[in-house]
Amino acid sequence: MHPMPIKHSFMTRRDLVGYAILAAIIFIVFPALLEPFRLNLFGKYLTYAFVAIGLVLCWGVGGILSLGQGVFFGLGGYCMAMFLKLEASSPENTAIQSTPGIPDFMDWNQITALPWWWEPFNSLAFTLVAVIVVPVVFSFIIGVAMFRRRVGGVYFAIITQAIAAILTILIIGQQGFTGGVNGITDLRTLNGWDIRTDEAKTLLYFVNGGLLFVVLLIAQFVRKSKLGRLLIAMRDQEDRVRFSGYDVANFKIFIFCLGGAFAAIGGAMFTLQVGFMSPSFVGIVPSIEMVIYAAVGGRLSILGAVYGTLLVNYAKTSFSESFPELWLFGLGALFIAVVMAFPNGLAGLWSEHVEPRLMRLWPGAANDTAASTAEKTPAE
Amino acid sequence: MTDTKKSPEISNLSRRTVLAGGAALSASLFTPKMLRAQDFPTDVVNTTGLAVTDTTVTCGILHSITGTMAISETGSVQAEKLAIEQINAQGGILGRKIEFIQEDGASDWPTFAEKAKKLLVQDKVASVMGCWTSASRKAVLPVFEQYNGFLYYPTFYEGLEQSPNVIYTGQEATQQIIAGLDWVNQTKGAKTFYLLGSDYIWPRTSNKIARKHIENFMDGCKVVGEEYYPLGHTQFNSVINKIRLRKPDVIYAIVVGGSNVAFYKQLTAAGIDPTEESPIVLTISVTEDEIRGIGGENIDGAYACMKYFQSLENENNQAFVKAFKDMWGDEIVIGDVTQAAYLGPWLWKAAVEQAGSFDVDKVREASPGIELTSAPEGYVKVHENHHLWSKTRVGRAKADGQYEVVFETADLVEPDPFPEGYQ
Amino acid sequence: MFADYSTSDLIAIFAMQGFAGLILFSVFVLMALGLAIIFGQMGVINMAHGEFMILGAYVTYLMSNLFSAYMPALFSMYFFVAMAVAFVAAGALGMLVEWALIRHLYKRPLDTLLATWGLSLILQQTYRTVFGAREVGVSIPDWMMGSLPITDLIEVPINGIFVMVLAISISVGVYVMMYRSGWGKQVRAINNNRQMADAVGINTAWTDRMTFAIGCGVAGVAGSAFTMIGSTGPTSGQLYIVDTFLVVVFGGAGSLLGTIASAFSISQAQSIMEFFLSGSMAKVLTLLTVVGILMLRPQGLFSLKLRK
Repeated sequence: MHPMPIKHSFMTRRDLVGYAILAAIIFIVFPALLEPFRLNLFGKYLTYAFVAIGLVLCWGVGGILSLGQGVFFGLGGYCMAMFLKLEASSPENTAIQSTPGIPDFMDWNQITALPWWWEPFNSLAFTLVAVIVVPVVFSFIIGVAMFRRRVGGVYFAIITQAIAAILTILIIGQQGFTGGVNGITDLRTLNGWDIRTDEAKTLLYFVNGGLLFVVLLIAQFVRKSKLGRLLIAMRDQEDRVRFSGYDVANFKIFIFCLGGAFAAIGGAMFTLQVGFMSPSFVGIVPSIEMVIYAAVGGRLSILGAVYGTLLVNYAKTSFSESFPELWLFGLGALFIAVVMAFPNGLAGLWSEHVEPRLMRLWPGAANDTAASTAEKTPAE
Repeated sequence: MTDTKKSPEISNLSRRTVLAGGAALSASLFTPKMLRAQDFPTDVVNTTGLAVTDTTVTCGILHSITGTMAISETGSVQAEKLAIEQINAQGGILGRKIEFIQEDGASDWPTFAEKAKKLLVQDKVASVMGCWTSASRKAVLPVFEQYNGFLYYPTFYEGLEQSPNVIYTGQEATQQIIAGLDWVNQTKGAKTFYLLGSDYIWPRTSNKIARKHIENFMDGCKVVGEEYYPLGHTQFNSVINKIRLRKPDVIYAIVVGGSNVAFYKQLTAAGIDPTEESPIVLTISVTEDEIRGIGGENIDGAYACMKYFQSLENENNQAFVKAFKDMWGDEIVIGDVTQAAYLGPWLWKAAVEQAGSFDVDKVREASPGIELTSAPEGYVKVHENHHLWSKTRVGRAKADGQYEVVFETADLVEPDPFPEGYQ
Repeated sequence: MFADYSTSDLIAIFAMQGFAGLILFSVFVLMALGLAIIFGQMGVINMAHGEFMILGAYVTYLMSNLFSAYMPALFSMYFFVAMAVAFVAAGALGMLVEWALIRHLYKRPLDTLLATWGLSLILQQTYRTVFGAREVGVSIPDWMMGSLPITDLIEVPINGIFVMVLAISISVGVYVMMYRSGWGKQVRAINNNRQMADAVGINTAWTDRMTFAIGCGVAGVAGSAFTMIGSTGPTSGQLYIVDTFLVVVFGGAGSLLGTIASAFSISQAQSIMEFFLSGSMAKVLTLLTVVGILMLRPQGLFSLKLRK
């Protein structure tokens, strides 16, 4: 379709500059400018960026819109929260309960022994594995069921949404095991290390930033690999890819699982930084809000996802501090605007308006720009 | 957590004490003793860097303005603003006007935690009036404990909690439940109960307490059904049929939110008219606020058990209702939680003035034993366990959306957040 | 659990329970029909569906106030007027939305999801600003309240009958419109092949707009009817959205019959389980069953055989 040859190296100079700038922002500018409370807040925002990056791969690149990414975010977060809760529920801490040594919400629900499936979460190693594996298995099951039968598009979106709703009802209904609508709260230490102090939160912020870059690089790799190009091809002309002999479903399942794994890491980091996990991250509303982060950043841009997440969340916080009544209008308008007027989000604005001007000052990177425009705008 | 200490000196307050307290109200409300700020230098009353100046003190208001809980929390915000305005009209606290910073929890528990942290860390507020659901309170609790904030929490709730950083101005579950069950048993002769609730911690814990009380402390009474529906459930025809089958004397309903409206509408539509009292409908989750959404004609005749009704006849309440309507319009109704929220700023003022300081540690120390004679519900007193001694009342819903008070406990009921024998 | 009851008691209860299931079925049909029309015929998912329903409910609220203030004599009949106005109001808003948003996005169905979600947020906040955060109480004419005794033991709620009659009439109306009218033929033609339909002279833009408006209008009527059984508040629409989507998805896209069959099976499963189990458990089991079946048959119960 596009006559221009496209460079497929893992990272162009232009990408490299982009990553360097983001790294500078996350690791130098924010910590230098923000007080610990705000820094922790930005750390929380960045956990959503994990989800948004996964959505860029699934939705922007692969054309699969999942409205249930909160499920994976939540599962990752819950796995981590279970470990932390068990550590916080030592018999000494819970001496006041009728059954000391189990989480407080179990005690309130007349559960007298730790359920068997909570037991393994006493181990940090198991928990760290579970944080990734549980959501991936879950997304794998959904992926196999859907993509093998060629379910996609809008239909896939609403099924994932229904799954998010169902999981929320399950978690809330089984409050003896899950903490119900309150979630798992009052998490204190990670292997004896108090995660509530300012120092701990600052450290967690950097760990979070580091993981975010690992995820970003994986996403970049996938995006630039043959798989990434196949996904774009599938998004635009699924049948042609299929007739070329590729098993379309497998690629979709893989990318969906990858998105799930990213979201789960974000969820686990969220739990660590915020100190609790609740079903309000699993449902429809948070899941759709996460899509808007990716959309605002530019659905095709991995780096854009991070900026989009930061921008929307920062707007939400500051808007709702000054005009709480107007926030929903603002958010609603943002959804509509990003769909109607800026389908390529911040990244699109950047590459269409800002970058050309910069290029005039710095003509060396012209080839990269051509490469980026070639992959824009899904044609459906 | 601090120990659950009972305070023996006030375990048996006589009715007379309470009446005397009520009479003292007008004195305290209308001729306040003016404290002058210069008598309380700022560096003395504020040693921990709170937002206190020579002329002002800042507190936080943290409720949901948006989202599903905005329906319920609006009244609390209004009541808190009214109390603050009235306190300021009397000269404020220690001669300092109260300024407030309002944050929106947006019906989202993590947002509550985030905003609570903002109020404490960034704004350095001296106290916070806020939260409504248990979930939001559980979310902010670690924040308040870590940064040593002080929260006035207005909602009746399930108990099982006692934080040094929270004053619970609503009733905990045993206070609210037991008196009502005893009343319906003794005056109506009810023996069989069908327990129904929305599926989350408060209804489940409340029903657990109700069941224990019915089975262990009420002779010959039993529970013939217990059921929970997901929050937001709107179809109750099946459970209504089950209720018909079991023929209980009392439907004990703790349904909340949008489900509430659906439940009562479908109940009356199915021919179970609460006015006929067969079965009796007894609830602890419907205040005057909720009736507006349900429609008075759909709940006419049902009984509710809580500590405050708008129709209470005493001078405090009449003044309060008038002031509330002057500020927020004639159309407004006032429910139990709204009144409890109104108590928050007043209790804070009393504790600060008792302590002679805004420091949270000193306010906490001064809080137990703080009395409020000017409360719309009548005399209340802060217990060692940070809950309030209060009376429990039973009201009968009328078609105009108000309750007629039909019963009131003779004495103040002692708060008991960790009730023995009910676990 | 039934040992203590007499046979006549049990018969009565089961009759009433069967009826409860039918009412639930009707409620589901009313909820889902508007969404199914739009989704099935246009491939658009209207995430603001719940808010269109609540628009109908608020219209009913306004009409009830209007009638009791100016025409108390006619109050007993106001509900029918309210439903008609609700249809027109929701339909008009739907038309506006189609014109402003949806028509630009027919080639990007996933984007309509986001745009209509944004719309739903804006509508919610609008309701909150206009009508207040609290739920409003809609007064219902006396004759529509209470129940109809059929035998000594069997009583049937009148609003239930009303909802059933309404569900049947609207279903029949939609059926006639879609499958027995020239207009329906056009809609289906567009659904099958837009370019071709355009080429043979069908005004596709106008037909799309009308389809969307009718879908929204049906949602408005449903919302109006639900003031009898549910709450009317800025976020009440959210209470229905999960059930609605499940019914449509389970039924399979593009099939009105599928929607009705799915509403029937889900409602019966839920109502039977609710009777024998606790409410929350019944809900979870119903949902799990639905998801389980969707995993095995993700295209839903009935799906159009289209070559992809």
